[in-house]
Amino acid sequence: MKLRGRTIFPGCVKGEALVTLQGISFFGGVDPATGEIVEKGHELEGKSVAGKVLVFPSGKGSTVGSYTLYRLKKNGMAPLAVINAECETITAVGCIIAEIPCIDRIPINRLQTGCSVVVDARHGEVEVIDATRE
Amino acid sequence: MKLTAEEQDMLQGAYGRAVQKAMQILVALGTIYEAEAMVAVSSVQVAGVSYDNLGEAGLEFLEEMAGGGGKVRVLTTLNPAGMDIENWQAMGIDPVFAAQQQRVIDAFTRMGIIPTCSCTPYLFGNTPLFGEHIAWSESSAVCYANSVLGARSNREGGPSALAAAITGRTPCYGFHLEQKRYPTITFDIKVPISGTYAFGVLGKVVGDWMESCSPKPVPYLMGVSSASLEELKSLSASIATYGGAALFHIPGVTPEASCFSPPEEKIVITRDDLARAAESLNDVGEEQVDFISLGCPHLSLREVARIAELLAGRRVRKTFWITTSRPVKRIADSMGYTRVIEEAGAIFAVDTCCVVAPIKGRFRALATDSAKACFYATAKNGFKTRLLPFDRVVEEALL
Repeated sequence: MKLRGRTIFPGCVKGEALVTLQGISFFGGVDPATGEIVEKGHELEGKSVAGKVLVFPSGKGSTVGSYTLYRLKKNGMAPLAVINAECETITAVGCIIAEIPCIDRIPINRLQTGCSVVVDARHGEVEVIDATRE
Repeated sequence: MKLTAEEQDMLQGAYGRAVQKAMQILVALGTIYEAEAMVAVSSVQVAGVSYDNLGEAGLEFLEEMAGGGGKVRVLTTLNPAGMDIENWQAMGIDPVFAAQQQRVIDAFTRMGIIPTCSCTPYLFGNTPLFGEHIAWSESSAVCYANSVLGARSNREGGPSALAAAITGRTPCYGFHLEQKRYPTITFDIKVPISGTYAFGVLGKVVGDWMESCSPKPVPYLMGVSSASLEELKSLSASIATYGGAALFHIPGVTPEASCFSPPEEKIVITRDDLARAAESLNDVGEEQVDFISLGCPHLSLREVARIAELLAGRRVRKTFWITTSRPVKRIADSMGYTRVIEEAGAIFAVDTCCVVAPIKGRFRALATDSAKACFYATAKNGFKTRLLPFDRVVEEALL
């Protein structure tokens, strides 16, 4: 299955999806040292974004959150790629300064945690490899 | 997005790494918000200066931009830092924090940014004219520049404002476009509003109403017959904090209001609405106020003069911060206000404020005239708050 979206920051990676239908606040919501989601009550609380293709509808919270993505990258704990339904300033700027491939306008409800995806952010495409998990 | 040849070159890296990164940020934002082109900006205000908010990652990014040859192309000023740059010891700032904060300032300065460290750049020379395209971060200043001065800015974050400074461009969408500046909802205020305190409370009532709206409406405020610079500064800060507003119109007060007729959808604001909002910012209860702060946004010269008048020959009994910009402080020095205020035992915390300084755990309850300061005192520092009119805040310090 191939999904088509919009390039925010280019790059091509393959990895395992970590999916939430809740927004993510990077500032205060993700631990920059470990990549763990620490926002109380978030459905991904306790899960790590490190090395995952992180799928969420949109970012929220303080604009300082862009720097959290940068810090995750410096610490080797950044997501491999980011897929959004609708990208906004915080996530877009964070992905650009941290050089994390990012696509938006993807119907994210068609992706599930654990499925294997190829993100071709340059062409704005997501390919789901592991169809058994769909 | 259509880019000019020069903008294309910036994006391809012909002007170095920092310019390329900056243009990547602007193109991505332009794409997200469907801008057709870039627009040249004449002024930038960069937020994200306090090391308390930036952390090591933010500092690294800024040093990388400075090291990558980033130089501003337009007049660019800086938001408050986490400390008084010249007098941080007196504020009780940790030396390790001070050293990191200084590195942040140095990185900005290397890029040609003027380290004004103030949220009121419009009071001392970074004062855009009507219709001027600018790229400002610091939500209170954006709201003031759009609404009171009639300049045109979106609400930028720290990195996107920096990107605009380095390229001299911003994507042309939102409040840069005539048709996005129309008021979309009328607030009919049935009570006379006067003083920074009352304008801050009004900003909270309107802001709370707007908070959950998407897209954000542009409020048209009826029933406010006049307002001072200080009152508009307070309203701008509050309505931006609570409602995410970037622009409001007040007929007879702000310059674009006369271009529009009142929007049909109307919300009535009563004395009760204002009282409820004020009440929600007063949760001190039996607790003693142990921290007083005036200057959110940074005090004007008139406000500093008033504090000096009220404190002359008196003695404050609580920690009392006077937060303002360096230029206003310099004038206060030569006018003798500083001496009067310091002799009364209050402290000038210049270049910073109670919102961005690292003061979590140092105090329990804040008294201020600023509805914005109340929000951050609670959210960031866990303080209780007492919102009072300006003169009564000074009295509270004397109790």
